[in-house]
Amino acid sequence: MLWINVAGVVLIAIIVWWFWLYKSSDVAMQNGAIEVLVKDGVYKPSKIKIPANEESTITFLRSDASTCAETLQIPDLDINATLGLNKKVKVTIPASKPGRHAFHCQMKMYVGELIIE
Amino acid sequence: MSEAKNDESASKHSCCKSKNVATNDLAKDITSGAQDSIDDNSNLAQQEHHLTVEGASCASCVSKIEKALRGVDGVQNAEMNFAQRSVMVTGNVSDASLITAIEIAGYNAKIDASESDEEALDEKEKSDWQYYRKLMRDMTIALLLGVPLMIYGLFIGEMTVNTTGERLVWFTIGLATLGVMYFSGKHFYVGAWNSLKNHSANMDTLIALGTGTAWVYSMVVVAVPDLLPQMARHVYFEATAMIIGLINLGLALEVKARGKTSDAIKRLIGLQAKTARVIRDDKDIDIPIKNVLLNDLIRVRPGEKISVDGTVVEGHTAVDESMLTGEPMPVEKGNGDKVVAGTINKSGSIVFKATRVGKDTALAQIINMVKRAQNSKPPIGRLADAISAYFVPVIMIIAVISALAWLNFGPSPALVFAIVSATTVLIIACPCALGLATPMSVMVGVGKAAEAGVLIRNGEALQTASKITTMILDKTGTITEGVPKVTDVLLADGQDRDHILMLAASIEAGSEHPLAMAIVESAKEQGVAPQKVSGFTSIAGKGVEASLDDSTLLFGNEKLMKDRGINIDGFLDKAQALAAEAKTPMYFAVNKALAAIIAVADPIKTDSIDAIARLQKNGIRIVMLTGDNRLTAKAIADKVGISEFFAEVMPEEKADKVAQLQEEGEVVGMTGDGINDAPALALANVGFAIGTGTDVAIESADITLMRGSLHGLADAIAVSKATLTNIKQNLFGAFIYNVAGVPIAAGVLYPFFGLLLNPVIAGAAMAFSSLTVVTNANRLRFFKAKDH
Repeated sequence: MLWINVAGVVLIAIIVWWFWLYKSSDVAMQNGAIEVLVKDGVYKPSKIKIPANEESTITFLRSDASTCAETLQIPDLDINATLGLNKKVKVTIPASKPGRHAFHCQMKMYVGELIIE
Repeated sequence: MSEAKNDESASKHSCCKSKNVATNDLAKDITSGAQDSIDDNSNLAQQEHHLTVEGASCASCVSKIEKALRGVDGVQNAEMNFAQRSVMVTGNVSDASLITAIEIAGYNAKIDASESDEEALDEKEKSDWQYYRKLMRDMTIALLLGVPLMIYGLFIGEMTVNTTGERLVWFTIGLATLGVMYFSGKHFYVGAWNSLKNHSANMDTLIALGTGTAWVYSMVVVAVPDLLPQMARHVYFEATAMIIGLINLGLALEVKARGKTSDAIKRLIGLQAKTARVIRDDKDIDIPIKNVLLNDLIRVRPGEKISVDGTVVEGHTAVDESMLTGEPMPVEKGNGDKVVAGTINKSGSIVFKATRVGKDTALAQIINMVKRAQNSKPPIGRLADAISAYFVPVIMIIAVISALAWLNFGPSPALVFAIVSATTVLIIACPCALGLATPMSVMVGVGKAAEAGVLIRNGEALQTASKITTMILDKTGTITEGVPKVTDVLLADGQDRDHILMLAASIEAGSEHPLAMAIVESAKEQGVAPQKVSGFTSIAGKGVEASLDDSTLLFGNEKLMKDRGINIDGFLDKAQALAAEAKTPMYFAVNKALAAIIAVADPIKTDSIDAIARLQKNGIRIVMLTGDNRLTAKAIADKVGISEFFAEVMPEEKADKVAQLQEEGEVVGMTGDGINDAPALALANVGFAIGTGTDVAIESADITLMRGSLHGLADAIAVSKATLTNIKQNLFGAFIYNVAGVPIAAGVLYPFFGLLLNPVIAGAAMAFSSLTVVTNANRLRFFKAKDH
């Protein structure tokens, strides 16, 4: 039983580390443009780095029919957009101060982070 | 996809461009070259091509671009909309050759991939329908296996593995279940895997883990039953298949129910006309709405929709604007009056000049605003958002703890109890219900408000409007019509009425104040022509002064007269008597002596009394605000049933009054026409702009009431309260569901009642919890604001 309990505790530790403590790498915008694919439960890439104090445009392409995926929200920046299926939708991020802002679908099942540096 | 097409065209073109310089001959070579591929197909129909042009900075660019396009072989016509930087070309021609021609002319161009709201809606409905059918197909496949298995387990036999024959049968069923997982549940597993790689977790993660655990455990039982005690040799293939089937069914029904939440926006989009009858070269031609250009003359016959915004230049009619403003009575329109897209011409035939087209029309702006507001979240949703961020990993931890607890303290077979409880915890938890609780209600509530002619800017305004305790109503234009009329002219001894009216009209002709306009209008009606004054000065909140010939003219309120030392003692009683009749008396002095009192009255809107009573019945304290004198203010307030008012308030003091009430602890709504009360509207907890009609001056207001009636205000508050109640019901339901469901799934009731939830029941509960939220939000569609 001891080993089972230890395994359980380790499993919990892995969950905590994997979902909350791990810092995944981000993808920087190149040549002022970046495209995010909305597919199979995730944004690809999900961490996007854009320059501060400059207007940037992120193009979202939703190829997931799930209705959950159709709304994109960046609450901190008061931005929301409807992503049509298989349509490229350009979302303009106004020139902003450095900071980190979550972007997600209405139900927060799709989550990503916008890093303004 | 459409963008990809753009890129392709652009790259094709850049290749052409590198080989050419901007000379006419070469241009012709390119265009004819680009045309070759089309010329091969002589049956190609005349087509419309829509392009967007970049770099066109002046109106003269229009003719240059149009000329360049008309020079391309096959082009029949080319028209550019400078305001939208778009160009529409008809002809038997390729997009590439058109782009080339524009680039040679010195500009950049690409295919206009933007689609109309209606096209986008059609696409969405089509893709939702396909998704629904896919989910129903997935559900059917899963339940075809799951239901017979469940019936067998419940009524016919044991789902245990004891003999070699049973092992073989269950192994086959295990493989069939794997097929169901692949064909019907693949999206859950792919989504879960992608999320996992992304260090995030969502509903897919829980479903994949729950069904995956049940299947893996069952296959272990089938593969190596001897490793497990006799009582633990139970298989759960039916749970895996049933859960996948039920969750697909829940998602399918949710897609259907979600479609209904956007009924209001569908109705708004449906108001847009598809074609317009444009007069060109003295001929009426029907063209698609997206091809209408600014300043086009458009003919509309009785019963037809107004296609774009414009100004009537010919004819007279009544227009039904109820679909936008909620105002049931048709509005008379004649020369110089504005008409707006989406409204219906009722009686006469008119010609109007297009002043706003495409995405600039009031209807397009309303649709855009409603869409934005529907996607925004009120602060009440923040807690659910914060919880959502941690929800799934926490549920995974609870599942592990639950399994450990059963293994350590549970009865035999502990392993089975551990597996069942962990699976059930993973399956029953529903982050979607939490996530959907707020946005679904906002979607329906904002749409419902739009149907009543109430435009709510965002979720925050919606929430705050439901909490308003005090409503400030600006008098002029809000409680009253805002179109005052002269009712009395009381002359001093020796004064001539027509002469005084001429002088008064002359000085007031320079003012834009509604009272001044009433005097000018009155003089006009009586055939008195105003003359040009000199030295016109407006004294804010008090009046105006000017000179005419040798006379100095001073027109304004009691304060102004006192400031300038004009004796009005002999007229004070008369002025007070007029004020007591809800009229506004104004003093007119000529050469520093009082010459007359001119009284103006602004009729109270017919339904203001009812609407104010309705607001008061809902517990809202009403305060009237006016620049008028106290007596007039009191008379108006008494007439409409308001007991509190601020009178003689200068325009710049309006915001102070809002602040004063806020300091008293009130949640203050401010309603005005947005003309001189923008600071007060901005300072109020919720600013309501009233009676803007279809001219959507929404920037200074949180909520715009498109009709002039104060019932719109009562409707707005009723809808916001109903929406907030709906959100609270949804959040409460979603929280309670998870807070109660997860512990029950973990087995907390087992020690007391011997009750442990079946994973299939958990799957059904999870599938229908989010459906319940969407269905509850849909109840708002039947809410009737006018009954509250």
